[in-house]
Amino acid sequence: MLELQHISYSAETDGVEKRILDDISLTIDERFVAITGPNGSGKSTLAKVIAGILRPQEGRILLDGTDITELSVTERAKSGISFAFQQPVRFKGITVKDLISIAAGKKISVKDACSYLSEVGLCARDYIDREINASLSGGELKRIEIATMLARSTRLTVFDEPEAGIDLWSFQSLISVFEKMNSLTGGNIVIITHQERILSIADRIVVISGGKVEREGTREEILPGLLGASVCRMLTDKMEG
Amino acid sequence: MNEIEKMLLMQIADLHKVPDGAYNIRKDGDGDGRRSTPHIRIENRTDGKSGIDIFVSSQTQNESVHIPVVITKSDYREKVYNDFYVEAGADVLIIAGCGIHNCGAQTSEHSGVHTFHVGKSARVRYVEKHYGEGDGRGGNIMNPDTVIYLEEGASMLMETTQIKGIDSTMRTTKAIVAAGADLVVKEKIYTHGTQFAGTDFTVELNGEGAGADVVSRSVAADHSKQKFASRIIGNAACNGHTECDAIIMDEAQVVAVPELTANSVDAQLIHEAAIGKIAGEQITKLMTLGLTESEAEEQIIRGFLN
Ligand SMILES: Nc1ncnc2c1ncn2[C@@H]1O[C@H](COP(=O)(O)OP(=O)(O)OP(=O)(O)O)[C@@H](O)[C@H]1O
Ligand SMILES: [Mg+2]
Repeated sequence: MLELQHISYSAETDGVEKRILDDISLTIDERFVAITGPNGSGKSTLAKVIAGILRPQEGRILLDGTDITELSVTERAKSGISFAFQQPVRFKGITVKDLISIAAGKKISVKDACSYLSEVGLCARDYIDREINASLSGGELKRIEIATMLARSTRLTVFDEPEAGIDLWSFQSLISVFEKMNSLTGGNIVIITHQERILSIADRIVVISGGKVEREGTREEILPGLLGASVCRMLTDKMEG
Repeated sequence: MNEIEKMLLMQIADLHKVPDGAYNIRKDGDGDGRRSTPHIRIENRTDGKSGIDIFVSSQTQNESVHIPVVITKSDYREKVYNDFYVEAGADVLIIAGCGIHNCGAQTSEHSGVHTFHVGKSARVRYVEKHYGEGDGRGGNIMNPDTVIYLEEGASMLMETTQIKGIDSTMRTTKAIVAAGADLVVKEKIYTHGTQFAGTDFTVELNGEGAGADVVSRSVAADHSKQKFASRIIGNAACNGHTECDAIIMDEAQVVAVPELTANSVDAQLIHEAAIGKIAGEQITKLMTLGLTESEAEEQIIRGFLN
């Protein structure tokens, strides 16, 4: 269970202070929690605050009741938080197998590395020794990022738009990955998404807008509204934002 | 062979024992074992200079020559000339390398001049590793000179590696490449402390279809300094590419000096140079996978120099 209590985060650009997260309080205790909202509303910023990459100026973060607000990125990773980036990072010379090994926290066999890759729909043999460099396509990179999350299988995983760049037919396998992960860890999975098909498997949906929690509730409570009127408003927000 | 010598041989030539095929081991200036084979002949030089001549006959296919140099003395300097004559059509792997273990307070220095005469359509893979260590305060200096003549259609891949341990190095490589011949150089360097590593490549592409690809990847840490100079001269319809990709850390300094000369309208020459610190997001990513900052740096560097 992850608790965010009154989280606020501001950043300065050109001498102007901008409040990106504004007093966010949330409890994440379901299998799948989807976070959605317009572009620029603060979703990725929130994910980075959870992973410890950004430090909020105000608020506390609790993981299973333990205050982790002061923990570093490494310490949070070790205490069971995983974070799949919206834009995965490329590395010259580090291979897919290396990265999966780092994620697993131990040297893993080719067979195990391959099974994670197959899980995300990559033909393992073609990828295992590839460098994670500019030669990989965006979609391939996203899938490898998801495979590293599987290799970690921690009690909390935050996926930042995992569906971006992934072709439609793979949606079902993406959802199976989440299900598999959940059955392995029994933990919580947070998915930042714009995709209706992913929203529709969420136990809970949180709508972020302008750095605030605009609405939250069960899928049944939130989804119908999202698909109707608010789509229009989201688009307006985007244009104004 | 004692433990230190064995260890040095491991480092520079991955040798656990006497190698298969032809070899010549040089230890503190003296021969310490040699074997010629039916296709590869190793002989002392006849011009009075220190070093050997290596003759690789055209019958040679998939064979190797190991010529490691080991120095375990302090206050020792040597200059060695090794000439390789690779006949047309031969295919050979040459593993050279120099390891210095200097536990004294004086400087030890190895300068080697390797000259390759590579005949028509012959193929050479040349692997050169430099390694130094010492428990004293004496400096380790290595200055390898490489001179390469590639005849028509010949090809050579040169892999040169120096990871830490050498306090000062100036490596000079000159190549003359004939029509249809191809030179590929892959250099990897890691300097730290107050080390200096200088590299100077000059490649002349003299015939139609000649090609060169000179790629250097390096990491400069602490207060070390590196200078990479690469000159490609295109005298015909040829392809030349040179690339310097450096990670700079701490208080280090890296200088990259490209120079391209096209003396023919059909010469296609490209230079790329990038110097920068490790990207912050790379470190962050690895930290989210549970590594500490310094473990993350280490992984990134190891991968980069792989
Ligand atoms: N370091 C920063 N300095 C100033 N502004 C920032 C900084 N980081 C993010 N922002 C701004 O904060 C807002 C929220 O960004 P964030 O990346 O969290 O949005 P998001 O909800 O993930 O959007 P998207 O759906 O496009 O991924 C944006 O307006 C962005 O420009
Ligand atoms: Mg985002």
